[in-house]
Amino acid sequence: MLETVLFLIFAAICVGGAINLLAQKHPISSALSLIVVMGSLAMVYLLLGAEFVAAVQIIIYAGAIMVLFVFVIMLLNAGEEERSATGSRVAMVLGVPGLLAAAVTTGWVLTRHGPASTPVVLGEFHGSAHAIGRLLFHEFLLPFEVTSVLILVAIMGAVVLARRGE
Amino acid sequence: MPMNAGTFILVAVVKIVIAVFVLLTACAYTVWLERKVVGHIQNRWGPTRVGPFGLLQPLADGLKFILKEDLTPPYVNRTIYILAPMLALTMALTSIALIPVGPVIHAFGISTPIQITGVVNSATGRGADINIGLLIILGITSLGVYGIALAGWSSNSKYSLLGALRASAQMVSYEIALGLSLVGVLILSGTFSLHAIVEMQQGTWFGFIPKWNIFRGQIFAFFIYLMAAFAETNRVPFDLPEAESELVAGYHTEYSAMKFAMFFVAEYANMITVACLASILFLGGWSGPVFGPAILQALLPVFWFALRIVFFMFVYIWVRGTLPRFRYDQLMGFGWKFLFPLALANILITALVVAWRA
Amino acid sequence: MAEITTLHYLVVAAALFLTGVIGVLTRRNVIIILMSIELILNAVNLNLVAFSRLYNLHGQVFAIFIIADAAAEAAIALGILIAFFRNKETVNMDEVDLLKW
Repeated sequence: MLETVLFLIFAAICVGGAINLLAQKHPISSALSLIVVMGSLAMVYLLLGAEFVAAVQIIIYAGAIMVLFVFVIMLLNAGEEERSATGSRVAMVLGVPGLLAAAVTTGWVLTRHGPASTPVVLGEFHGSAHAIGRLLFHEFLLPFEVTSVLILVAIMGAVVLARRGE
Repeated sequence: MPMNAGTFILVAVVKIVIAVFVLLTACAYTVWLERKVVGHIQNRWGPTRVGPFGLLQPLADGLKFILKEDLTPPYVNRTIYILAPMLALTMALTSIALIPVGPVIHAFGISTPIQITGVVNSATGRGADINIGLLIILGITSLGVYGIALAGWSSNSKYSLLGALRASAQMVSYEIALGLSLVGVLILSGTFSLHAIVEMQQGTWFGFIPKWNIFRGQIFAFFIYLMAAFAETNRVPFDLPEAESELVAGYHTEYSAMKFAMFFVAEYANMITVACLASILFLGGWSGPVFGPAILQALLPVFWFALRIVFFMFVYIWVRGTLPRFRYDQLMGFGWKFLFPLALANILITALVVAWRA
Repeated sequence: MAEITTLHYLVVAAALFLTGVIGVLTRRNVIIILMSIELILNAVNLNLVAFSRLYNLHGQVFAIFIIADAAAEAAIALGILIAFFRNKETVNMDEVDLLKW
């Protein structure tokens, strides 16, 4: 009962925030709704019992990546987006039917070939920091190290890209 | 004794009300302490008129904030302008819910730890709290940036915008050093639960050296944490987001009355949270000599905890009265080129020592 | 009310994914396109975490890798955006046509 209500609330906030992201004209409003999506996704992760991923989601996604976005929006002072009057004609004709087809196909695949519909029970925490750390540093050690190199490259790339060329 | 749902909710509500009341009072009296101490450092008296030693000054300040006219400039982005201070205050007040203030107490037939999110493990009778308490606090504090960034942006004024840009860059940068300085403690204790971290630091070596993490080789981590915390809370010498001599008042230039008060309270609540975290992670939380009758035994740990907080508040104010403000490039260089490598070295050495001992 | 199963979480993930794809395809502002990409990555993460409940923790480890990569991607993409904005004073995707002289 409780998990149903919580799931419905946070799923609604997620999807609503995502749609609001597209509906808003100003980038900063979009960024705010994306932050709301991230926050409620963290709650959804908690409902699924993935506590460590939920915390990482808040700290890194909402607390660092989105701050970067907000920072760049403020720095560039990009105003509202001017919509082009002439959109792609193909998109106009095929957009809505294509979307419907995609949604229906996804729904069909999910219900037909969906996983065993095991109910999700609240309060079972599977992804403890301990278990995830053990996996990261045993089975996934090489990908982990490669990711750290990737991030190092990203840092250097960002520094090189963003500095003024002399 | 296991609690039923009604009792659980009642206890939680009582704890929340007490925590909010104590926190807001503490914020108000930190302001008083700051004015007093900075006054004495600068050879002045500080507030003296309202009440003995100016002790009722916070009350007068609060009244003034409520009664002042609440201006909203015409050129602001209204929704975000109103939302920003609320966001800052909410994030500042939320994290206190995870701070354990004392051990398990027994009153009216109920046992509960002095912590809003804490419960008693019915199997062992000891206190327990959220497994990832520390991570959640870090997450909430990292969300606190938005209050400041959005305030500066929505005010639509160049001083505010500059303050907000400085604040977001500074807070994101110093969060890294702050987070990394905690890793050493986490390696030693092997858990994110704040209650468990404090319990591990109880007791002494040879009867007089307390088993605090700061005496277990985390002394550098402690100072890294302290410096990063100054930057996280935008205090002198890292108060560039609100540097009054260059940016008028930084990100809250356009705010007045209660909205300004919200930023003000949020800053002091953040200071208190950071101080709580410092004493929990490095200084043994509520550990200290406990003696006397039962009521004293229950209250003494809370007193020792509060004593550490007052000490940290004094350090904040002392530093404010002593150090000049950094230049912005110095601030960034200090964070990235000094604190960050030092924190990494600390992690490496701690990990090597722990691995060698195991 | 019906019980909440893994399927419900997958539906939410699919909805987020579709919204993200629509955002990438229809908006002109580069920043909003990047945010839509983040939305797509989040949808994938939700899928991985939901499935990790059925099988083992590998899904959650993958989600953490994706978050780390998203951080790197955002840093690089926004760096490129700033460099581009210096030259062209615009953030519109359809004006990024330097090579089509």
